[in-house]
Amino acid sequence: MGFKGTLRPGLVQLRVLDLDKTLDFYKNVLGLNEVGRTSDGRVLLKAYDEFDHHSLTLRKADEAGLDYVAFKAACPDTLEKIKEKVVAFGYSVTEKAANSDQPGFGKRYSFKICTGHTFEVYADVELAAKGPQIKNPDIWSEQPRGMKAQRLDHFLLYGPNIAEAERFCREVFGMYVPEVVNTEDGKRFATWITGSNKPHDLAFVEYAQPNKIHHVGFYLQDWSEVGNAADLIAINHLKLDIGPTRHAITRGLSIYFWEPSGNRIEVYAGGYTAYPDNPQRVWDVSEVGRGLFYYSGQVIPSFLEVVT
Amino acid sequence: METVFHNVTVAETGERFLCGEGESVLAAMFRAGRGPITYGCCGGGCGACRMKIVSGNYVPFKKMSRAHVSERDIQDGIVLLCCVQPRGDLTIRAV
Ligand code: FES
Ligand SMILES: [Fe+2]
Repeated sequence: MGFKGTLRPGLVQLRVLDLDKTLDFYKNVLGLNEVGRTSDGRVLLKAYDEFDHHSLTLRKADEAGLDYVAFKAACPDTLEKIKEKVVAFGYSVTEKAANSDQPGFGKRYSFKICTGHTFEVYADVELAAKGPQIKNPDIWSEQPRGMKAQRLDHFLLYGPNIAEAERFCREVFGMYVPEVVNTEDGKRFATWITGSNKPHDLAFVEYAQPNKIHHVGFYLQDWSEVGNAADLIAINHLKLDIGPTRHAITRGLSIYFWEPSGNRIEVYAGGYTAYPDNPQRVWDVSEVGRGLFYYSGQVIPSFLEVVT
Repeated sequence: METVFHNVTVAETGERFLCGEGESVLAAMFRAGRGPITYGCCGGGCGACRMKIVSGNYVPFKKMSRAHVSERDIQDGIVLLCCVQPRGDLTIRAV
């Protein structure tokens, strides 16, 4: 096996204000499939090209935002080692029993990191009833809908002390850091972190308020699918934030918009192939406009300042 | 049915724009290009469009995130402009 710590972010639980309207967006516009519901009314969803039971849970709540993100560990043994390292790092861990509040998922360890976000790790998850084919496989079983999101890709989190969060991801999850933005006095302004070949599994921006989410990113096949997503944003009167554009950081092809409950979503294609032995790419904060939006070289205020 | 429009006045500057009963105050402000236009999600989640309605009748037509508007705020006329529609002339100000 190639990856030794965490394999990927495998599950996100989001809070939504209007469940019916927002679910309609995730299913019919983003193109996710509904897998099931829990007795407390949460909805479980997955993208068509994902193998695992589900990757997104929507919970109706009074406020929008992120409940937690969960990372899949390479194996049960790795999971236990990660748990010990979390404790040694100084965060207290709670255990969530298998098949408790996330159907199909094995035991999860849950803890809060310095930025105020709740992270989880698990090693076991059932395969979805309707996953990608594996025997002489076709490219899909049911024609993908809407934006045709293939899988959950990454997320960007805002909170305090991202230097510690970055160190946590390296030391405890075994991740590495392909790309960073530093302030003039050499402090971290933003960091892109991965445990795989993707340029990022997650990213952080330094921010005074804890536990904020900037966006959740879903993967599309290519640049023409980003254009298709732009059409669907317009047709469905969703609020565009920025794009279609190119990131110089990660090299992703991207568009950002808001789902009906006010969580920002990115649909993303491309990106470079990262390797842990490659030199780190470093940006000055004065160049962050070009780093984020390569074509215009400018950041629109809502992009950096508005989070949920 | 004909659209009923109301006047919305920005207290600080005296700027004024028209807002239909079927649209959010934020959308009208945006269209008019007047007033302190700050916004993000237009969905009641991010809180960027939070303002106080000093006078006038309005209805919330979308849920506003509790993280940005508390029970107390609602009594004080503090709203997310992307979630309210006018039912009379309004005066708004920053909070
Ligand atoms: S613009 Fe986000 S709450 Fe109104
Ligand atoms: Fe992203």
